[in-house]
Amino acid sequence: MHYALTINGKSHDVDVDADTPLLWVLRDAVKLKGTKFGCGAGLCGACTVHIGGQAVRACQTAVSDVGNHAVTTIEGIGETAVGARLQKAWLAVDVVQCGYCQAGQIMTAAALLTQNKSPSDADIDAAMDGNICRCATYSRIRQAIKQAASGADFGANGQPRKGA
Amino acid sequence: MTLQDQSFQPQALFNVAKLPTSRRAFLKAGAAAGGGLLLTLTVPLLVKAAAGAASAGASTLNAYVTIAADNSVTIMSKNPEIGQGIKTMLPMLIAEELDVAWSQVRIDQAPLDAAKYGRQFAGGSQATPLNWEPCRRAGAAARQMLIAAAAAQWNVPASECTTSEGRVLHQSSGRSVTYGAVAERASTLPVPDLAKVAVKDPKNYTIIGRSTPGYDSPKVVKGEPLFGIDHEVPGMLYAVFQKCPVFGGKVVTANVNDLKKMTGVRDAFVVEGGSDLHGLMPGVAIVADSWWRASKAREKLEVTWDEGATAAQSSAGFAKQAAAFRGQAPQNSLRNDGDVAAALSSAAQVVEADYHYPFIAHAPLEPMNCTAHVEGVKVTLWAPTQNPGPGRTLVAKTLGLDESKVIVNMTRCGGGFGRRLDSDFMAEAAWISKVAGAPVKLVWNRTDDMQHDFYRPAGWHFFKAGLDADGKLIAWQQHFVSFGKNGNYARSANMESTIFPAGRVPNLSMGVSLMPLGVPTGPLRAPGSNALAFVFQSFIDELAHKAGKDPLQFQIDLLGKPEMLPGRGAGFHTGRARGVMEKVREVSGWGQRKLPERTGMGVAFYYSHLGYFAEVVEAAVGNDGQIKINKVWAVGDVGSHVINPTAAENMAQGGVLDGLGEALNQKITIDKGRVVEANFDSFQPLRLTQAAPVEVHFVTTDNPPTGLGEPPLPPAIPALCNAIFAATGKRIRSLPIDTALLKA
Repeated sequence: MHYALTINGKSHDVDVDADTPLLWVLRDAVKLKGTKFGCGAGLCGACTVHIGGQAVRACQTAVSDVGNHAVTTIEGIGETAVGARLQKAWLAVDVVQCGYCQAGQIMTAAALLTQNKSPSDADIDAAMDGNICRCATYSRIRQAIKQAASGADFGANGQPRKGA
Repeated sequence: MTLQDQSFQPQALFNVAKLPTSRRAFLKAGAAAGGGLLLTLTVPLLVKAAAGAASAGASTLNAYVTIAADNSVTIMSKNPEIGQGIKTMLPMLIAEELDVAWSQVRIDQAPLDAAKYGRQFAGGSQATPLNWEPCRRAGAAARQMLIAAAAAQWNVPASECTTSEGRVLHQSSGRSVTYGAVAERASTLPVPDLAKVAVKDPKNYTIIGRSTPGYDSPKVVKGEPLFGIDHEVPGMLYAVFQKCPVFGGKVVTANVNDLKKMTGVRDAFVVEGGSDLHGLMPGVAIVADSWWRASKAREKLEVTWDEGATAAQSSAGFAKQAAAFRGQAPQNSLRNDGDVAAALSSAAQVVEADYHYPFIAHAPLEPMNCTAHVEGVKVTLWAPTQNPGPGRTLVAKTLGLDESKVIVNMTRCGGGFGRRLDSDFMAEAAWISKVAGAPVKLVWNRTDDMQHDFYRPAGWHFFKAGLDADGKLIAWQQHFVSFGKNGNYARSANMESTIFPAGRVPNLSMGVSLMPLGVPTGPLRAPGSNALAFVFQSFIDELAHKAGKDPLQFQIDLLGKPEMLPGRGAGFHTGRARGVMEKVREVSGWGQRKLPERTGMGVAFYYSHLGYFAEVVEAAVGNDGQIKINKVWAVGDVGSHVINPTAAENMAQGGVLDGLGEALNQKITIDKGRVVEANFDSFQPLRLTQAAPVEVHFVTTDNPPTGLGEPPLPPAIPALCNAIFAATGKRIRSLPIDTALLKA
């Protein structure tokens, strides 16, 4: 089946089976590898993308259900103000260990901050608990979300943070 | 019968009971030298060769350092990056002694090349101790060559030249030149003797000890394709591989001809495989034009399996066998100090306790995968591996090729935790590519990963200890029930006889009994220690309470005078353990704060992988038994320098939380020879809402720097369990923690 998808503002014509999860369409047909496969069951959040601005698990979304909605992935989220702030905060806080989950974390956080400019700890808990970080960088994830939300000046990209 | 310690095997990197001889010698030298600089180098001398990164106008000074005319410096990072931050940290060591500004530095992943880099692997928290000297000296050697080149150009003695931020300076004449301008000349000079090159006085360090963000993190946050699973080869097909759910089972028949008719399926075939659980096992491969189509075809797969003998094994059965060992003498003695029986009969108090921990899985978030391309007698692999050398050996053996024909490209790994020290997935991908006659990307699904792991083995410990009238520990009797056969432990199922309080209790016996196991086991982050810390440090806490002593002070008293006792590496230093315990007492406010009802603090320490960590957990237990961890304080001693403080803090926090996740959530159940848990619903890593703040401190001591991937994890588990006891009076003796037992 042919599907016309709008991904990160660009249109893509893909020829895939109707039940193919958006995750595999992105990764293997469109060749956008930033969206990650972790569990295939909506349990880990590594495949989080935005469809029509909502955070969804791409492994649980058949391509046939995407319709005309715009899809945004980690490769495109930096084009939004919230996404750019998050990516900057992620680097300033030096969140990443292995990094495999971080695309999904940032996509979930971007949906949260778009809807809630100043999330409380409880709001962050509610939004982010579905995203597993196997390296457990959670306190830095929380810190980076707050830093991005506060709109603070993070300094240069990758600026060293205060040491341990 | 005596139990043989597991000797060093490349396949079992960091569950070894004995470290390799060269490593032991290396550390012994360090101890003898009072922890000062070491001159013993354990990597081959630098080999001059064109580095992969060398582009036009760039000059390669040694296997690690290439400098371009524009003064940009490319440093090779030798080991696989699995999230431990090695790709940033090892080049920091080189850049420090090369004396360049970090902003000049570009980092490339080195190829697998033992002649140039020695052993390349990620395991056992060994990168820091093994590379601290060689990497700094590789940088210093390149610096010396650049100075020599500049001095020759200026016709001045090299001894009059200094360096700063990538320039050679001649103070008296006021001349200076960039490294880039003299690199070509330097590259023609002989490589100096690494043992003799001058290294910096640590007080002049500008990079070591300064927080340096992860080099590839800017690419990670943009979703750039860095991981093994992201790799693409032109004309590549996608594969799935179904093995028998029962470990060691074989294929009798499979409906591969039906599968071949399905849309997109290019091939489907039975893999005969072998019987080595760490190699290519029997199964059915399905190759398709997309991974999704291969997976859909797999849903229609029908296999008749010969399940084999392991089908008779189960967690319940193991528990029953272990219980039967309880009343018996251990099959094997590990240690026997003094007269335990006499001491127990004269003790004022005898304390008995049974401890147990389950099998657990690694579950790195990137599932096992590998891209392989077999072309005639040559195979190229792109693998997220912690252990590329043995991976290459296994692939060569599996395909019957010479090792020189197996090219392994190391990719970034989406977590490792020890799982990727095994190379089964590489052998599978190579075999499937060979049969399919095309480049193939094999991707396991999460259930494959969870049900075909090399598990942290379960274990049982039966204790009896004696306290005298003053509450002093006078007798310790421990019967460990583990897995193995013929006096050999199953992988990572061993226990060393030097674990504290051994050596500090006058009458102490440790023995072990082994049961046969068909389930594959292997090293999980802090192997051995991740289970044994729980057992030893919880039971010592029990004894402190029975003795009516403060648990932290009880341990400090038991540690006694500062000295080296036998143990891993150079040994276990009681003074370093005491140092982290004293510091965690101070930073946690131990015993200083009034805590609410059903809130408690617990403490534990552990020496693992050459590092010392003491941790305090403050936890509140609700009337419903639910546990809320308020805060964790972690204090580490990993030697004289914390090389990259931001990464060190991150790693320590992650290690602590990983341990807490194991204690709170994790169990793998064996039933009829197969694993019951299948995904992150029934087997959960720690989640954000369970992640307590972890305050990390380091004490520095005059010892060579050691690694941080593992040592922070083990004490977190007993510190939590001891906090729960302090909060509720209920002792946790079995993992994962059963909150139903903690109801008010």
